[in-house]
Amino acid sequence: MSHQKSFQYADLLSVLERVVDIMSAPDQYSYPSVFIYGHRATGKSHVVLSIMKDLELPHASVDCVECVSSGLLFHQVLSAFFGPDAAALLPRCPSLSDFVRLYKQMSSNSPATQTRYIILDRAERMRDMDFSLLPALLRLQELVNDNVTVILLSEIVWEKFRPNTGCFEPLLFHFPDYSKGKSLVQILSWDHHPSYTPELYASYINILLGVFFSVCRDLRELRHLAVLNFSKFCEPLEKGEAKESDIHKLWKNIEPHLQRAMQTVYLREVSSVQWEQQQMDEKEATTLRVLSAHAHIELPYYSKFLLIAAYLASFNPARTDRRFFLKSHGKIRKTNFLKKHEKTSNHLLGPKPFPLDRLMAIFYSVVDSRVAPTASVFSQISSLVTLQLLSQVGHDDQLDSPKYKCSVSLDFILAISRCVCVCVRLLDLLALSLVIQSQVVRQERSLFTAVSNLHLL
Amino acid sequence: MCLKFYGELLEAQNQPVHSSVSWAAERHLLSALMWTPEIRHVASRKYAGQWREITGPAPVKMSKRRSAALTGAQGISLAQKLLRERLCHQKLPDQPVGLDSQYKHLLELLRRTAVHGESNSVLIVGPRGSGKTMLLGCVLRELMSLKEAQKNVLLVELNGLLQTDDKIALKEITRQLHLENVVGDKVFGSFAENLAFLLEALKKGDKSSSRPVLFVLDEFDLFAHHKNQTLLYNLLDVSQSAQTPVAVLGLTCRLDVLELLEKRVKSRFSHRQIHLFSSLSFAQYLDVVRAQLSLPPDFPDPKFSDEWNHSVTKLCEDKTVEEILRRNFNGSKDFRSLHSLLFLAVSRVSVSHSTLREADLIEAWRLISVDSKANVLHGLSILELCLIIAMKHLNDTYDGEPFNFQMVHNEFKKFIQRKSHSIHKFEKPVVMKAFEHLLQLELVRPVDSGVCKVQREYQLMRLMLEHGQVMEALQRYPQCPTDVKQWALSAFG
Repeated sequence: MSHQKSFQYADLLSVLERVVDIMSAPDQYSYPSVFIYGHRATGKSHVVLSIMKDLELPHASVDCVECVSSGLLFHQVLSAFFGPDAAALLPRCPSLSDFVRLYKQMSSNSPATQTRYIILDRAERMRDMDFSLLPALLRLQELVNDNVTVILLSEIVWEKFRPNTGCFEPLLFHFPDYSKGKSLVQILSWDHHPSYTPELYASYINILLGVFFSVCRDLRELRHLAVLNFSKFCEPLEKGEAKESDIHKLWKNIEPHLQRAMQTVYLREVSSVQWEQQQMDEKEATTLRVLSAHAHIELPYYSKFLLIAAYLASFNPARTDRRFFLKSHGKIRKTNFLKKHEKTSNHLLGPKPFPLDRLMAIFYSVVDSRVAPTASVFSQISSLVTLQLLSQVGHDDQLDSPKYKCSVSLDFILAISRCVCVCVRLLDLLALSLVIQSQVVRQERSLFTAVSNLHLL
Repeated sequence: MCLKFYGELLEAQNQPVHSSVSWAAERHLLSALMWTPEIRHVASRKYAGQWREITGPAPVKMSKRRSAALTGAQGISLAQKLLRERLCHQKLPDQPVGLDSQYKHLLELLRRTAVHGESNSVLIVGPRGSGKTMLLGCVLRELMSLKEAQKNVLLVELNGLLQTDDKIALKEITRQLHLENVVGDKVFGSFAENLAFLLEALKKGDKSSSRPVLFVLDEFDLFAHHKNQTLLYNLLDVSQSAQTPVAVLGLTCRLDVLELLEKRVKSRFSHRQIHLFSSLSFAQYLDVVRAQLSLPPDFPDPKFSDEWNHSVTKLCEDKTVEEILRRNFNGSKDFRSLHSLLFLAVSRVSVSHSTLREADLIEAWRLISVDSKANVLHGLSILELCLIIAMKHLNDTYDGEPFNFQMVHNEFKKFIQRKSHSIHKFEKPVVMKAFEHLLQLELVRPVDSGVCKVQREYQLMRLMLEHGQVMEALQRYPQCPTDVKQWALSAFG
């Protein structure tokens, strides 16, 4: 974020002082490599680049995400230090050896009068490039025999970078994150709208942080959310329903809106453009068209039953089929219902594969009318696989008895079954499936919640 | 040798020899003295840097006579310059500390190659930061000061990090021997032919006797990963076949480097290894610290340097400083970690803060010994912290078995339903986003990275934090709600 104001916050200031101390005066050497880490949007790149610009130090700034190959990195460094002609001397697919040789050649022609800095942003990508690139860059000062320092900026801690046989250890610096009270509110309040007072904006920010701070601390996200929702916040003021000092009224207006934002814009289920449009035509109360499948997918009638049957097949153990799906199933022996190893499984470990026959058996018992086993029913299964609502387990060649797995969650199934003409037996089946799920948790309490969930359908 | 000439030249002009002369003038003089191509070979770019260290760098333009005392700022800046060069740029010391026997052994070996024409191969083995490159640098410096060695010896330096392939290595050898023109556009059948041609070409340049070549292979273990190990095989083959006097010096940090070599390569190697294991006692370590921080006697302002050295001596006798140095010594005896600690302290010295104080060293030690994951945990949101506590509980209950997102979400829901007052229920996608943030920070890692056949929620993961780290992070977490803390401290979720 670009701001002319300087940082005035104590913990960041001490780190700033250390970093500036590391920078050397002309003709002095600095440590060969420095590693700066910290969360996103804590100001790492901004601070380092501002220091470079203000002190007018010769530097080359490279973002490692852009460097698909190491040749791009070499090109950028050489052109920043020695001009584009030097970079043009690099061969077609430059190796590290070419880079070091060319650098030595160039720096002997124009020796460094003061320390040159190479800044590598998002340095965690360098671990995926050539294995020798990271260790070589850490000791670049020694390899090229020039006054150069490499600064690495990353989100991830240094322990995850260290190569197997070790390397030259850089100096480590941590950029602290913002605290809620002092720094974050102040920084976010810098964006205040000119037609409203800063105090109003500060109270708005406090409300926003009250909703979002426990979930997310990324400055960029919070700023984005603040900008998107401010017009909604000011609506009562514009309409004349409230004054600037009526914080409680404004809060009551904005708070449900922010909760909805958390489920949509924050998750990027809707784009910001959609969100802003929706705010403008609020009166129609249109439902947002979200990205997630379950809200708007439309399946054919039998496909829905097939999917529900698949879910039941995946999450109920095969032994229980007889009990649930047969109309008359003899005596129920009072055995320990679930085997010991199954107790923690089902809903926590994921769906289990089931053969096609079992799917069809459950399907016939679930569906409410007589269905003939025609090709149209079976082709719906393969279209479900294409939609990735079911996934095929095992080899494609197995035409005999293919196995499938259900890849959707319970929420999706519940949403679907709402649309289907639901009969009581279906409810029972789902309730039982939930009971099995809740074997892990204490039965009574979650049975209660499970049933109450169903009552909401 | 050149320094002696230079000194004599200056004295002939009735000027006292003074080390701080402008670099440009010195370079000009040295280039005038380099009248033979052989000396130009030797004083290659690497040693141009080291000539500067021997003769003393001085970009601060000062007169050739001994000047009057410098101002405070100039003194500080000059002191910083010297110390930074020693600590950061790894300037070669006059005599390596604690490595006398290894020094003598290596020097003798190289002398035999350079002067008597005997072929040799040796491996210098030692952990990172133990001084292998430094030792080699000092030995080569002394070797080049011998008259016979200087005229003849050629030096080729290869690094395993840079020359990752045999073809690149061969090009580099050709370049360092300055034989590009001789090779021209010739195409060779094999590596061996190429190398033989190069060594033959060296002979023609100077009478009939061949010139000794020293091959220095840094990161030797990386050369062993090349295809067929052709470079190593050919170099060691030449060193055994006694045509050209060749010395192959390998530097590596792996103790098991010989197991990496193929049988045919290993048999050609002379199995001579020099091990560098630091044998310093703590008292010697303290002496080294004092020596590293003191200014040399030829510092232009004797009053300043006396004061500085006095303050350094007093600092080293301080109890807290000794404690810090002892802890560093117990961690690792090598000089590299010492240099980073001292550098952080020295970098604080400025005009307003003109002596080294114990607070600087304490601060430097704190910076070095901090746990970086704890710092990262400090900046997480409450939801993410709750997820980490849920994972910790899962680890405790199931003895470190991998878990998936569903299990973590389940634990979190149990906490919300039963114990929490301050944290309200979040939707599953919001919790998933927080979990993915933890994945991105690599605090949680999938067990088999790459298999994506399983749905995201059911992929098995492991927590990369320890129980103690999590508890400590909770203590330091700003405004942590008490119910979260209680949950973390409770035994079984």
